[in-house]
Amino acid sequence: MRTPTFNWVLWLLGLAALLALPWLVTSEYYINIASQIVIAAILALSLNLLIGFGGMISLGHAAYLGVSAYLAIYMTAHAGFGQLSGALIAIGSTTALAMLFGYLSLRASGLGFLMITLALGQILWGIAYRWASLTGGDNGLGGMKRPHPFGLDLTHPAIFYYFVLFFLGLALWCIARFIQSGLGQSLQGTRDQPRRMRALGYNVWLIQWLSFVFAGFWGAVAGLLYAYYHQFVSPQALHLTTSAETLLMVIAGGTGTLFGPVVGAALVVILKNVVSAYITRWLILLGAIFVAIVLFMPEGLLPGLAAWIHRLKECLHGDKKTTGVSAITKDRV
Amino acid sequence: MNFWIIQGLNGLAFGSLLFILASGFSLIFGLMRIVNLSHGAYFMLGAYVGLSAIEAGANFWVAILLGGIAICVLGTLIERFVLRRLNGQPLAQVLVTLGIAFIIADACVWIWTGDPRPVPMPAELTGAFRVAQLAFPIYRLFVIGVAFALAAALWFLLERSRLGAMIRAGVDDLAMARAMGIRTSLLFSAVFCLGSALAGAGGVLAGPILSVYPGLDTDMLPLALVVVILGGVGSLLGAFVGSLIIGFIYSYGQALFPDLAYVILFLPMVLVLTLRPTGLFGRQAI
Amino acid sequence: MTTPALEVSGLSRFFGGLPAVRDISMRVPAGERRLLLGPNGAGKTTFFNLIAGDFPPSQGEIRIFGENVTRKSSNQRTHLGMARTYQIITLFPKNTLLHNVVISLVGLRKLRFNPWSDLRQQAALWDEAQATLALVGLDHLAERTVMETSYGERRRLEIAMALAQKPKLLLLDEPLAGLSADERKDVQHLLQSIPRDVTIVMIEHDMDVALAFADVITVMQHGQVVVEGGRADVVADPKTREVYLGH
Repeated sequence: MRTPTFNWVLWLLGLAALLALPWLVTSEYYINIASQIVIAAILALSLNLLIGFGGMISLGHAAYLGVSAYLAIYMTAHAGFGQLSGALIAIGSTTALAMLFGYLSLRASGLGFLMITLALGQILWGIAYRWASLTGGDNGLGGMKRPHPFGLDLTHPAIFYYFVLFFLGLALWCIARFIQSGLGQSLQGTRDQPRRMRALGYNVWLIQWLSFVFAGFWGAVAGLLYAYYHQFVSPQALHLTTSAETLLMVIAGGTGTLFGPVVGAALVVILKNVVSAYITRWLILLGAIFVAIVLFMPEGLLPGLAAWIHRLKECLHGDKKTTGVSAITKDRV
Repeated sequence: MNFWIIQGLNGLAFGSLLFILASGFSLIFGLMRIVNLSHGAYFMLGAYVGLSAIEAGANFWVAILLGGIAICVLGTLIERFVLRRLNGQPLAQVLVTLGIAFIIADACVWIWTGDPRPVPMPAELTGAFRVAQLAFPIYRLFVIGVAFALAAALWFLLERSRLGAMIRAGVDDLAMARAMGIRTSLLFSAVFCLGSALAGAGGVLAGPILSVYPGLDTDMLPLALVVVILGGVGSLLGAFVGSLIIGFIYSYGQALFPDLAYVILFLPMVLVLTLRPTGLFGRQAI
Repeated sequence: MTTPALEVSGLSRFFGGLPAVRDISMRVPAGERRLLLGPNGAGKTTFFNLIAGDFPPSQGEIRIFGENVTRKSSNQRTHLGMARTYQIITLFPKNTLLHNVVISLVGLRKLRFNPWSDLRQQAALWDEAQATLALVGLDHLAERTVMETSYGERRRLEIAMALAQKPKLLLLDEPLAGLSADERKDVQHLLQSIPRDVTIVMIEHDMDVALAFADVITVMQHGQVVVEGGRADVVADPKTREVYLGH
């Protein structure tokens, strides 16, 4: 049994490990991968707001990452804006885009919502790809310089890592508050019983839309950090595969949990980097993982593994008591 | 004036290809509530299969047939052994089709490399048909003809045949159709098989116009989605009109504002979703 | 004449071509206990759903406390003082009973749009929820999840969630369905304890309980009103017997 003190110790250890990481792994390569994981985790957290807590399966979440990254680079490197104003424009405009996309996507629910988010996302990808005079087309957009906020030298990998880690902490804190807040609880209610929530006086559409915009905002933050990290953005950032990878992070870590997406982001980014070092067929693996998870672990990779271990233990102990382990959430995959 | 006519014809031809793809997608979605995200990949794989058949010496018509049959078999297998296991879990089904789409797309790069490959046009359809000073490529006229014939055939199948009556009953109310003794599993297989075959054959047919390249799948899939959102779920007329609208918008957009062709695609979606969320001809919201 | 709590005129709803509710007009004064009777398929629940705003009527008009709500969504109607229970229980099964009532309370508060302050720390809210549970005799089970409760307890929770909103117009869809004799008695007492200024419209099949409870009875069949009047009148009316014996 886990006691509260044990949990606290676990938390402190985890936090210490995250903070000490640049000393533990001295190679720049690994520190950079850690930064990638942190940025991906912020995006996955924001998608989990929609999927895990809102029951809205979006297949176009790369939109916020990509648009924010494009805007940040375009504004600072090509339109002559300063770092701060560029960042604010990127996040502000991307959040405004989320307002529009939320309005359009929430005209439908369930599968319709999924189709609209996918279509909108791919249209954005098409714009980035075809409107070459603005976006650089397939060559992408570069020329971004990392800013020096408060005299911090973000070109240094370890400092950059702490910089993005700060934003992950901020995102976790805000999202943790959101989940327990009136709006967050309302969102979870609309996920489970939309009709009932309406009868209780909740404006379901508005609650979902506000949450959609909130998620879009954090997607924009991830996009800004993405731009700082790569100092370059190409249509790939907006592509369906990016949305799908983010979706995989959420599912792998377990939907509707606070830290699941962070773990999922670590798994997917590490896997992608490891696999890419040996073979070039990442997409096949991504597809295969999707198929495997849906067929064999519909409750998500981590909860799925936990359930397997639990069942294994039960077998070993000969414990016949059936628990609700196999509670497969049919519509939340 | 000539510009408008020629681009109109191009739009009609592109819309025709889109209809061949989207009609199957829309039928599958309308009847089975499966958003088949592999549909674009089926289209691309069909085109590659046709291309290989032609390179192996088959003529164009055989290639179309082979492309259609290959994808039909693949689709039927996927339906029978994967999607049916996930019956009643629409979101799980979507994710599986997404995964399969990635697998197919990457396998295509593996087999046929990453270079765009033009599919040779059949000799009897090359050249242009001249009226006054206008030259209409015969192949495009042919594609338009095929799409209209397909629309008529599908209309006949849906509205006049027994199978069509069962499909329509299923689209309207699946539980009721089941209660009336319709074997829905058989119906599902038939519709999925038909939709897959159309995607595969459509890919080969599109080859001489669009050529085949990695990314053809993700170029076409969102357009099919937009067509269904525009036209309405499970509506053949909707898929037809939606395809032509997108075909025209895309074609004129490319010609008039090449940079903004994709931006313009937002417009019909914004309008339809705002004013008529059921789509132009749909009876239920998507 | 005072404004009626609920006024319905010429209300119809067609599904496909089939009328589920046909040209119903009804006037329920404030504070009245109104009972809707009728065989299965008479259109009672459709009528309820129309009043609650789950879908719009094909024709007709609905007024709640004088305000025309025909085109208003169900959440807007709730904010005018309407609450309802469901025939098929719709609760949040993984949450505690207390949490369910809190969700009900938050529905009418600005707090539902607050993305920041922790709902768990709103002591007043939880106290009020606890008090509402006490009202229906469930306070000792407050910390149980819905999944761990009995059917009868869930029925009472349904009512608690409606009462928590302090409605002026309460729609009860078969509050006694599926309960044992003892449980019925409990719920019956509970319903009788609701303040008289609350207008109640109720669908119920249990004739004895329902008749004892109602001021005015409306008998429906085939989507239409067949008989309407006081207890004695309706029971004596030959058309009532026709509806029930024909059933």
